[in-house]
Amino acid sequence: MEADRSTVDNEIKTSVDERRNTESVAPLSSVTFDSDLYEDNRFEGYVRSIPVNEDEGEADGDAALLFRRRMSSYTGPKSLIDIPRADGEDDSGFKKPSRIIDREDEYRRRRLDRIISPARNDPFTSGETTPDASVRTYADVMREQALQRQKEELLKAVAKKHEEEKSNKTVGAAAAAEAPVAAASQKRRNRWDQSQDSDSGSATKKTKSSSDWDAPDSTPGIGRWDATPTPARVGDATPSISRRNRWDETPTPGRLADSDATPAAATPGATPAGMTWDATPKLGVLATPTPKRQRSRWDETPLSMGSATPIPGVGTPAAAFTPGITPIGGVDLATPTPGAINLRGPMTPEQYNLLKWERDIEERNRPLTDEELDAMFPHEGYKILEPPSSYVPIRTPARKLLATPTPLGTPLYSIPEENRGQQFDVPKEAPGGLPFMKPEDYQYFGALLNDEEEEQLSPEEQKERKIMKLLLKVKNGTPPQRKTALRQLTDKAREFGAGPLFNKILPLLMQPTLEDQERHLLVKVIDRVLYKLDELVRPFVHKILVVIEPLLIDEDYYARVEGREIISNLSKAAGLATMIAAMRPDIDNIDEYVRNTTARAFSVVASALGIPALLPFLKAVCQSKKSWQARHTGIKIVQQIAILMGCAVLPHLRSLVEIIEHGLSDENQKVRTITALSLAALAEAAAPYGIESFDSVLKPLWKGIRSHRGKVLAAFLKAIGFIIPLMDALYASYYTKEVMVILIREFQSPDEEMKKIVLKVVKQCVSTEGVEADYIRNDILPEFFRNFWVRRMALDRRNYKQLVDTTVEIANKVGVADIVGRIVEDLKDESEPYRRMVMETIEKVVSNLGASDIDARLEELLIDGILYAFQEQTSDDANVMLNGFGAVVNALGQRVKPYLPQICGTIKWRLNNKSAKVRQQAADLISRIAVVMKQCHEEQLMGHLGVVLYEYLGEEYPEVLGSILGALKAIVNVIGMTKMTPPIKDLLPRLTPILKNRHEKVQENCIDLVGRIADRGAEFVPAREWMRICFELLEMLKAHKKGIRRATVNTFGYIAKAIGPQDVLATLLNNLKVQERQNRVCTTVAIAIVAETCSPFTVLPALMNEYRVPELNVQNGVLKSLSFLFEYIGEMGKDYIYAVTPLLEDALMDRDLVHRQTAASAVKHLALGVAGLGCEDALIHLLNYVWPNIFETSPHVINAVMEAIEGLRVALGPAVILNYCLQGLFHPARKVREVYWKIYNSLYIGAQDALVAFYPMLNDEGNNIYSRPEMMMFL
Amino acid sequence: MQVSDRFNINSQLEHLQAKYVGTGHSDVNRFEWAVNIQRDSYASYVGHYPLLAYFAIAENESIGRERYNFMQKMLLPCGLPPEKEDD
Repeated sequence: MEADRSTVDNEIKTSVDERRNTESVAPLSSVTFDSDLYEDNRFEGYVRSIPVNEDEGEADGDAALLFRRRMSSYTGPKSLIDIPRADGEDDSGFKKPSRIIDREDEYRRRRLDRIISPARNDPFTSGETTPDASVRTYADVMREQALQRQKEELLKAVAKKHEEEKSNKTVGAAAAAEAPVAAASQKRRNRWDQSQDSDSGSATKKTKSSSDWDAPDSTPGIGRWDATPTPARVGDATPSISRRNRWDETPTPGRLADSDATPAAATPGATPAGMTWDATPKLGVLATPTPKRQRSRWDETPLSMGSATPIPGVGTPAAAFTPGITPIGGVDLATPTPGAINLRGPMTPEQYNLLKWERDIEERNRPLTDEELDAMFPHEGYKILEPPSSYVPIRTPARKLLATPTPLGTPLYSIPEENRGQQFDVPKEAPGGLPFMKPEDYQYFGALLNDEEEEQLSPEEQKERKIMKLLLKVKNGTPPQRKTALRQLTDKAREFGAGPLFNKILPLLMQPTLEDQERHLLVKVIDRVLYKLDELVRPFVHKILVVIEPLLIDEDYYARVEGREIISNLSKAAGLATMIAAMRPDIDNIDEYVRNTTARAFSVVASALGIPALLPFLKAVCQSKKSWQARHTGIKIVQQIAILMGCAVLPHLRSLVEIIEHGLSDENQKVRTITALSLAALAEAAAPYGIESFDSVLKPLWKGIRSHRGKVLAAFLKAIGFIIPLMDALYASYYTKEVMVILIREFQSPDEEMKKIVLKVVKQCVSTEGVEADYIRNDILPEFFRNFWVRRMALDRRNYKQLVDTTVEIANKVGVADIVGRIVEDLKDESEPYRRMVMETIEKVVSNLGASDIDARLEELLIDGILYAFQEQTSDDANVMLNGFGAVVNALGQRVKPYLPQICGTIKWRLNNKSAKVRQQAADLISRIAVVMKQCHEEQLMGHLGVVLYEYLGEEYPEVLGSILGALKAIVNVIGMTKMTPPIKDLLPRLTPILKNRHEKVQENCIDLVGRIADRGAEFVPAREWMRICFELLEMLKAHKKGIRRATVNTFGYIAKAIGPQDVLATLLNNLKVQERQNRVCTTVAIAIVAETCSPFTVLPALMNEYRVPELNVQNGVLKSLSFLFEYIGEMGKDYIYAVTPLLEDALMDRDLVHRQTAASAVKHLALGVAGLGCEDALIHLLNYVWPNIFETSPHVINAVMEAIEGLRVALGPAVILNYCLQGLFHPARKVREVYWKIYNSLYIGAQDALVAFYPMLNDEGNNIYSRPEMMMFL
Repeated sequence: MQVSDRFNINSQLEHLQAKYVGTGHSDVNRFEWAVNIQRDSYASYVGHYPLLAYFAIAENESIGRERYNFMQKMLLPCGLPPEKEDD
């Protein structure tokens, strides 16, 4: 009660104070910063950086991991998931266009906060002349940067002071609050104590009166309100400190936004949420008494941006009382301040856009500095006046905004100026064949929709229009549109000029709703344009970097590659000096994001221009005295260079290490950490060479791991972990032992990052040569297993992987028995993920090292455990268990024999299980262990299994059926056709109907099995059955999967061999009449294969006879078969060339292009096959028919013809072709010459030397000697 | 460039020309072609030792001299290029 009353009292007092403060004119001295303008910790609560450890930086692995992690929630056969799905052939349809922003995390989204800075001065072009004042020079940028930093530091200091102030009070308050909770009797005494003791309770009062918001003449800095030691808060001291801290830290009006997230608003003052009121009264108080404001706020919970955010403009009463975006204020009112937006959590791209736009404007409208004014005005004839003493600059944002004549100044309706041409809300038909515009494009391309006459525009504007049109076509157009537009942009790049181009392109890339594809296209535009503009890009380097740098940390691999390519091209175009000048200011930017991307960009520059060029700069940066950020970034650049360039750092390793080594003893912890990480990256890149370069850092690293703790220690350990493998065996052993003490200590660390690093380092150390097995066994293993082999490790995917890898590495040193013996019991653990981890480890260890180490007892335990784990699995990811089972059984080999009956019993039982998954696993297991069963001479058992599987062929689930067929195939493969039970003659008829199944897995396994039977055991099946199968097989040619089609075509060959080619051929030739192209192509391949397996003479007569069918498809099919046939039979073709020549003659004279094309390719294969076998007469005859086709223009035809001529060149020698060529090389018609020179060129490339003997004799002409007298010499 | 050229080796004519100096195009004149032929010939003579030996015997020169001569002739095998007729 008492607490409540004092809350109310306090509330009243607060509002009274506040009113008094705002009403009195704020004297300059007491004005604190306008924290809603200058508020600085917008990113509070966000991740400040991407984790520096582990695979930081190497995002390649990251992305893959991420992908895998995401995929793990998908269900489906892993074999399908692993297929790269990006290729366009995916028949599932088109990929849905995805917006980049949707998959970005908060950190990556910060790219949108960056400002595309104005163009900068290019000292190369301006030469000696002093740059125009309006152009930003390097000095300007650096000055701005310094200012920014100062501001930041100042704000931090202010915030820190508040923090301290507050924490003092909180401590006092907490102490006071604790007491009553402790004991009732003590409570009273405590009170008394307080009054006596100046330290606790009364201290609150004291600080309160001394805090400066109480001072009558001070404007309350917003944060001050937080400092109020309200009794309510004393009572409510339970919330954890961390939470309180978040509230208290650097108070910003934007924080308000959080208030609706706190549900405990019932008693406003009593909850921490109450603190957020601070921001409102300040502005609201202008017109309204506080309590009312409060009520309205809570009542209207679903406030939209408009009023929930303390927009300065809200100062107008009308606006303040209208929640939400009202039409009065217009769009501008809805514009929230940057800070406000950022704290509202997830925001829409549109908001981002507004925010960015606003910042851009803000940047341009920034007040002119004295220097700038000096530069603008002439020095003489003007005088700088002192401002009148009564002048007080407006500092309060509310008044500032009011003073500015903005459209929202009048809350009344004003008739908008009419522009009939602009209808931005209605998607208008774009004029002049322009592609469709998305709503968000209007902002950029809106001008294109205006119907203003082109002629009325200035040349500049026209150019701009033109660029916009082209860009729009590139961005949204159809592929042909895009292509021509891209070409035009490239060709006219210099004509358009760098400025107009980049001013249009770059903002587009910052568009928040950009999609992957669009970004790709725009980046492509930049790339092409860069190439053309060359040194003209210099003033725009920074702009381009701002846009492109975010690509370097994109999660998409190709985006990263693209980003690297652009930056690399950019640095080649602009040159090192410009690149450094552009990026130097960003190196110690206050924003970590900027520094991170800049470091990555710098590493790309280093790889483009060479490390040596960058070394002096890096050296200077890494030794920067001015700020730790610069040093941090410099060292990070080295790290990124190592990651990006890999072993290419070796030549410069020593200098790179020297540059960064002093960072190990830097005063700043972050610098020390990044230095260690960079050393780790360098060592990793250099492995296994370059230990001598690291000599100088060994000692500091060593000292470091003894003196540091936490994150720094982790980084140091990582560095050592990567350096140890580079050492000689002797040193490695010594150092490993030294570092192991600390590693073992850190085994217990609860920190996840530390765990991963420790595991990694253990892996590195253990795999090093000089480390003895005994040492590992005795000193490392016990602790290692005790701390890491726990269930919790199996839950996180990365821990899991790392642990398995490390354990496998240890096993490589200490042997199978030790490791397996320690974990085998865990196969029966009750946690499935843990069992899976154990299984995976055992699988890897056993398949690496075999099972000879495993003794009888362990063997028993192992089989027992595996069976248990296999039977108990419930998750979808069955492969681990299957692979594990397979690996162990295969490793044990004949030793499994005693357990086989048990295993088979299990399999049989599970084959009968209700769950499809279980049945499938059982069948899969059979195919894994079939080979071992054979080794154990368990043929009877296998036969039995075969019968069982045969009975299950009626399976409904295609996945399971596929596995059953696979198991049958495995058994057939192992025990052979004759011993197979059920006998082949029973099995095959059962398979025929299954061939009709359209499921891919079923098809694949079935065709494999049938093909295997046709190959090895065709005689067990009557010919009629095979014919039936032939018909089924034709259908299989339609399969999507190439493997299936290939297996089918081969099967045709086997069947034809078994039952003779006639019937099969008849079937196939009939199939040539079908419409579907893929089917026909496969048929022709099958015909060729039949011809190959059964000798061509059995097939050719029928095939050539079929050519007489007056049907295009059939004739083409025959020709294609001939082409394949001659390709397959090679030099056997010499026996058939005279037979087929008349047919080819006819085809080469046919009107149909495809006839000629296919015949030409047949001629090519024929010629290549019979080269050197004395068939020149026939070939020359064919050449005479091929030659007239050289003027064809259809690409496929001309290609085939040219290849035929090449083939004939090989068979006939270049002289013949040269003689054909000579008639046209100097033909009066250019078109003719072009073709002949083309032929000549390929002839020349193919037989340059041989042609020397055949060149025509040329007569000398005047002074020129053309004859070759040497050729005439005769002995 | 024609559509048909896109798929074959001529698609990169410039590249081709750079790699194989002896390749030509529709505007090659008699002189340029002859220069290429001559150079190829000399290169071939020098490259095939038996051929060099044959010429050496025929001309009654040492093989080394022959080789040197051929190499020298490769500089301007056909003399200076004829004056361009401007039309």
